[in-house]
Amino acid sequence: MYRYDNYDHQMLEDRIAQFRDQTARFLKGELADTEFLPLRLQNGLYIQRLAPMLRIAIPYGMLSSTQLRKLAYISEYYDKGYGHFTTRQNIQFNWPALEDVPDILEHLAEVEMHAIQTSGNCIRNTSTDQFAGSAINEIADSRPYCEIIRQWSTFHPEFAYLPRKFKIAVCGTSDDQAATQVHDIGLFIVRNDAGELGFRVLVGGGLGRTPVIGKAIREFLPEHELLTYLDAILRVYNREGRRDNKYKARIKILVKETGVDAFREKVEKEWQSLKGGPLRLTDTEIQRCRGFFDEPDYKELPAQSAKLSEELSRDVLFASWYQQNVDAHKKPGYAIVTICLKTTGVAPGDVTTEQMNFIADVADRYSFGELRISHEQNVILADIEQDALYEIWQALKSNQLSAANLGLLTDIICCPGGDFCALANAKSIPIAESIQRRFDDAKRLQDIGDISLNISGCMNACGHHHVGNIGILGVDKKGAEFYQVSLGGSAENTTSLGQIVGPSFAQDEVPDVIEKIVNVYTRRREGDERFIDTFNRLGMAPFKEEVYGKTN
Amino acid sequence: MAKLIKNRSIVEDSWHLLKEVSSLDEISDKSAQSIIVPLAFWQEHRRELKQRPGKTAVWLQSNELPAALGEDLHSFALIALNFPVFSDGRVYSSARELRSNFMFKGELRAIGDVLRDQLFYMARCGFDAFALREDQDIDLALEAFDDFQDGYQVSVDKPEPLFRRREQTL
Ligand code: SF4
Repeated sequence: MYRYDNYDHQMLEDRIAQFRDQTARFLKGELADTEFLPLRLQNGLYIQRLAPMLRIAIPYGMLSSTQLRKLAYISEYYDKGYGHFTTRQNIQFNWPALEDVPDILEHLAEVEMHAIQTSGNCIRNTSTDQFAGSAINEIADSRPYCEIIRQWSTFHPEFAYLPRKFKIAVCGTSDDQAATQVHDIGLFIVRNDAGELGFRVLVGGGLGRTPVIGKAIREFLPEHELLTYLDAILRVYNREGRRDNKYKARIKILVKETGVDAFREKVEKEWQSLKGGPLRLTDTEIQRCRGFFDEPDYKELPAQSAKLSEELSRDVLFASWYQQNVDAHKKPGYAIVTICLKTTGVAPGDVTTEQMNFIADVADRYSFGELRISHEQNVILADIEQDALYEIWQALKSNQLSAANLGLLTDIICCPGGDFCALANAKSIPIAESIQRRFDDAKRLQDIGDISLNISGCMNACGHHHVGNIGILGVDKKGAEFYQVSLGGSAENTTSLGQIVGPSFAQDEVPDVIEKIVNVYTRRREGDERFIDTFNRLGMAPFKEEVYGKTN
Repeated sequence: MAKLIKNRSIVEDSWHLLKEVSSLDEISDKSAQSIIVPLAFWQEHRRELKQRPGKTAVWLQSNELPAALGEDLHSFALIALNFPVFSDGRVYSSARELRSNFMFKGELRAIGDVLRDQLFYMARCGFDAFALREDQDIDLALEAFDDFQDGYQVSVDKPEPLFRRREQTL
C-alpha cells in the first residue's frame, strides 16, 4: 500500500488545522452558510436529513487493517455503531456531530486517511478494479497510477471550484470491474505496438440525469504524460463547462455540446503547452509509486489445493459460497474472496463496528493486512491461500458475513436513499430489502444466476441504476414515492445503459414486477445465457408484456 | 484609499477600479490617475487609453479569456481578474494561463467576491494582489497564505511539482 512521507503528513495536518478554524468561524457565525458550504463539502461533510454525514475517502478502494480498525473506532465513538460503504469505494458515517468532525479528521490522519474532496465540485476519489494487483487478466496494476492521480488532484489549486463534481476511474484489467466507461474520465491501461504502457482515454461518461458512455479522445497516451493530459482536460472543462445550470454542468454535457472531435482538439491544443513540462512523470516517480504495490510475500503453492478440493466436496454450503464469492488469483494456490455485504435485512453496504474489527483481524491473519472495497459495496480480501478458505468461511459465517450471493440478484447496489439522503425522491433501502425477501432462496438465486440489480433514490444515480441489468429509480409522483424500472444496463466491458420498461410502480408492487421480469428470463433463456444476454436477444417487448399485460 | 493585500502585506491601493465605464468623457477628470478598466472598454478605446498620462490597466470578467488581450498583454503593469462569485473557478485557470502560458510578470489582482478561504489557492495560481470583499478582515486574511506549507502541484512559487522535488531529496 502507499505509505505517507513527511510531505503527505504535513499537508494533512495543515488541512485539519484549516478546517478546524473554518468550522469554528462557522459556528461563531463569522462564516456564512453559503461560504462554508464548499469548504465543508470538500472535507466530505454533508448536512443530511437527520444529521451531518461524513464521507471518508478510501483511495481507489484500498484499506489496511489498521485503517479499518480506525474506522471501526470512529463508528463506535462518533456514530451509532456502523458505517456505510458507498459506490465510490468510500465509507460514510451518518451520525457525527458537526463540531466533532475536526477531531474525527485528526483520528483519520493518524492512519493516513482523510475526507478530502469526497464531495463538492472538485476532483473526487479515483476508483479502480477491486482486484487490481491480484487479478488474472491484468495488463498492469492500476494502483500506482491511481496514487499519482490522487496526489495530483488533492488540493489542486486550479480545479477546486469546477462547474460540477469530477470522477476518474482507471482500469488495468481486461474485464472492467470499475464501471470505467461511465466516469468523467475513464483511463484504460494499454500497451502500444512497441510494448510501452499508456492509457486509452475516455471522456464525458457519467450517470445521473443524462447517462452517457464515455468517448475515446486518445487511443494511446504515454504513461509519463498522464498528468499533463489530465491537466489539459480539466482546464478545458473548468473554463468551458456550463455554470448556468447545475444539471448541464458535468463534462459529458460539454463534450456533447462541443462535439467530441472539437473537444479533443481543444484538449490537444491545451496539452501542447503542458506536454513534456514539469508535470511530465519521471521514471523515478513511476517506480517509486509502483514500489508501494509490490507483490506481498506469496508462498510457492500448488495451483489447486487438495485440502480445498476435499472441503468443497464435503460441505455443500461452503461449496456454494466458494462458487459465488471466490475468484481466481494470478498466483497459484491463492484466491480472491469477496465478502458480500448484502445480507437480507441489512442495508446494502452497511457494516457494524464489530464486523469491521473482525474483518480487520481476518485481513491480518490471512491477507497481508490489506483489503479493498468495491463499487458494488462489498469487501475484498485479495490474497488468500486456498488452504485457508474453509476456515475463513466458517469465521465469516459466525459474523453474519457469509452471504453467498455475490453477483446474484440479491447482491444489490443501493444508495442510502430517502432514509438518509436529503436529495432523495424515494426510499431505496426498503426496496432492496423487499426484493431480497422475495428471492430468499439460495437455489433459486443460483438458478437465476449472474444478474445485477441497482437502485438509486433519485436522478443523481449514486446507486448506478442505469448500468444495472435491472435498474430501479425512485421518482416523485405527485408527492408519492414511485419506482421506475429499467432493463438491459451493464457496467462491464460492453457497457450499456438500461431502457425504461414503462410507467412507474408503487413501492409494494416492486417485488412482483421484478419477479415477473425474472420469470420471462428463466422461461425463455437458451442454454447458459445470462439475464443480460437473453434481454439483448429478446429485446424489451416480452418483458413489458409480462409486466403490464398485453396491450393492443 | 482602500487597502489591499499585495505580496503578503497590506498596502494602500493606488489604482482606481472602474467596474463600469461607457465613454472616455467619464474618465476625463482622472487623467493622471491609475485606472483599471473593463476589457471591452479597453478594446474599444485602446489607442486613446494608451495616450493617457496616467497608467491604465484592464480587468477581465470570469468568462473573458486572457488571450483577448492579444499583443497588449505585456504592456500592462496590472491585470485584474474578477470573481463574480467566489466559487467561480474559471478565474483560477485564467490566472494560471496568464502566468504559465503568457508569462505575464506584472501584478495579477483578484477583485470581486474575494474571500479569506480561497486566498491560498489563488496565490498558488499566480495572484499576488487581493482586493478583498469589504466585509473581510484583512489582517486575519493574511494568515491564509500559510494555510498549507506545501502542495503537490506546480505553482507559481514552486515551478516543479512535489514529485520532482521529492526526488532531489531521495
Ligand atoms: S441517488 Fe439520490 S437519493 Fe440516492 S444517495 Fe444519491 S443523491 Fe441521495
